[in-house]
Amino acid sequence: MYRYDEFDAQFVRERVKQFRAQVDRRINGSLTEDEFKPLRLQNGLYLQLHAYMLRVAIPYGTLNGKQMRQLAVIAEKWDKGYGHFTTRQNIQYNWPKLPDVADILDALADVEMHAIQTSGNCIRNVTADHFAGAAADEIEDPRPTAELLRQWSTAHPEFAFLPRKFKIAVTGSPNDRAVTKAHDIGLRMIRDASGAPGYEVIVGGGMGRTPMVGKVIREFLPKADLLPYLEAIMRVYNLYGRRDNKYKARIKILVHEESLQEVRARVEEEFAAMDGPAVAADPAEVARIESYFAAPKLDSRPVREAALAAARSTDPDFDAWMAVNLAEHHDASHAIVTISLKPIGGAPGDASAEQMRLVADLAERYSHDEIRVSHEQNLVLPHVRRDDLPAIYAALAKADLATANSGLISDIIACPGLDYCALATARSIPVAQDISRRFASPALQRKIGELKIKISGCINACGHHHVGHIGILGLDKAGKENYQITLGGDATETAAIGERAGRGLDAEEVGPAMERLVAAYLDLRETQDETFLEAYRRIGQAPFKSALYPEARDAA
Amino acid sequence: MPKPFTPQVVTANDLFDGDVVYLTAAHGWSREHGDAAVAGNEEAATALLAAATEQPGKIVGPYLADSAIGADGRPAPAHYREAIRTLGPSNRTDLGKQAEGAA
Repeated sequence: MYRYDEFDAQFVRERVKQFRAQVDRRINGSLTEDEFKPLRLQNGLYLQLHAYMLRVAIPYGTLNGKQMRQLAVIAEKWDKGYGHFTTRQNIQYNWPKLPDVADILDALADVEMHAIQTSGNCIRNVTADHFAGAAADEIEDPRPTAELLRQWSTAHPEFAFLPRKFKIAVTGSPNDRAVTKAHDIGLRMIRDASGAPGYEVIVGGGMGRTPMVGKVIREFLPKADLLPYLEAIMRVYNLYGRRDNKYKARIKILVHEESLQEVRARVEEEFAAMDGPAVAADPAEVARIESYFAAPKLDSRPVREAALAAARSTDPDFDAWMAVNLAEHHDASHAIVTISLKPIGGAPGDASAEQMRLVADLAERYSHDEIRVSHEQNLVLPHVRRDDLPAIYAALAKADLATANSGLISDIIACPGLDYCALATARSIPVAQDISRRFASPALQRKIGELKIKISGCINACGHHHVGHIGILGLDKAGKENYQITLGGDATETAAIGERAGRGLDAEEVGPAMERLVAAYLDLRETQDETFLEAYRRIGQAPFKSALYPEARDAA
Repeated sequence: MPKPFTPQVVTANDLFDGDVVYLTAAHGWSREHGDAAVAGNEEAATALLAAATEQPGKIVGPYLADSAIGADGRPAPAHYREAIRTLGPSNRTDLGKQAEGAA
């Protein structure tokens, strides 16, 4: 794990001190709300429907046990006993009080955390593959890159007032779990012909009201050129990105309006003119950062497979969890464990303070003190020895954290929606709860196989509905909650934006429509292994559409 | 014919804890929608919003929201968004105003 150096620690403490004084001045009337709002947002403090909300950065989704335990302390001491893990790999507290926020930020600083770059038109918290450093398919751990970008972008004076917010995601694996094609910049680690690692640079992806799949602006960027090249992209965006209309201000619009070729030409020109070595990271600093992410010393002795098999054969629930919630680790004696924050009927991504403490304990005991937050709103223990899986499962099951649904239909992404969010136009959580209850049967879920439902409560698409195999978007239609359905979206290396299926559905229609849609898929698939997305791509939208809208079929 | 005016109330969030508040006839703030002063015409609505805007030390983000009249004869939210603001998250009835018995 990265450790703050003296500069990091001092910088974060200074920011807390400044914010404490800013809050005092807001309360004593020296600052108006118009003056205070940008200051609080720069420290992650939003105002939502019922209360303030504090968004805490979890850089590239990596945490240790001590940090997770502190998140639990904050939830209990200053909030209402829980937190919400988000699609940005962050955590949000829904009920902080303004006079307490500086104390919360100090408590975060105690464990090398903060809420900087979680709002505003800056480079936001950099996200990464949640299996980073553990995945079997990995070329290189993407986190040293993400940490380098964090250090480069934090308080970078040139990029403090961009046309709009800017999100960067990094993956070190060919199987993209970091949604790199739906970010302002996506970095995919690849190797060149000589085997040297570098990046494929993707630009102009995004969701929101104008969803776009990112385009490759540079097919291979040597690692050493990372900062100069990204600085060139940022400079072109800062100069040419639109500032006249906030809905057209993201870099995706610049790339769309000016063309990829034009943006690429300007970036290459800027890159060529730049004093590259002055901007590039000092190799000694890169080495220092990389040393913090050195792989843990794993116990690679053979696993007692017979004992594991016996445990599976006597406990079907454990067997299902093993089949669904594990991912392949680069060390055969180890596994990556996904801890589902999607219990049947629960709010996706919510975790209580007790659950956070349990995960912290398990990470310290069984996972080399590492935890990850996934953009799919689950937690991950990245380095678990397979012998320890029965004990981990038993502990998780007692805390309602062992739902065997990773990647299945009830592993739903949902933004907070109108139950919390001031921007939302409809609720998301109750829709997710209803769908997960309808498909509660573990056997049915496994029969359906991989199926990703993603729900957003407004056009801003925090719930990633555009890239859901099934996307659900909640809108306000003449004073009533109404849900648009999109089909065929894909968040991976084969990214695609879902296509709208037809008219919007009332809230109570959504669950039954999902049941009809899934029944149609089960009928249509060629083999049990053909996923929903594969079937959709093979057959096209028509039969799925007539399952969703039987009235249209009946009228025809 | 001009569109009939929908009665409105002024609502905001409390500066300290962010809780939803409503401007009363005495230009104080109540946490209950039912206590809100109702503007029956545009002029009265403008005056109510002005009274709220003069109190930046107590509240954040005042705005006019359409209001209906509840069964008890007191003002009640007209839109589902405002209804959720009078209650709290619909998936957590143990939280927010609904849990405090103020709804």
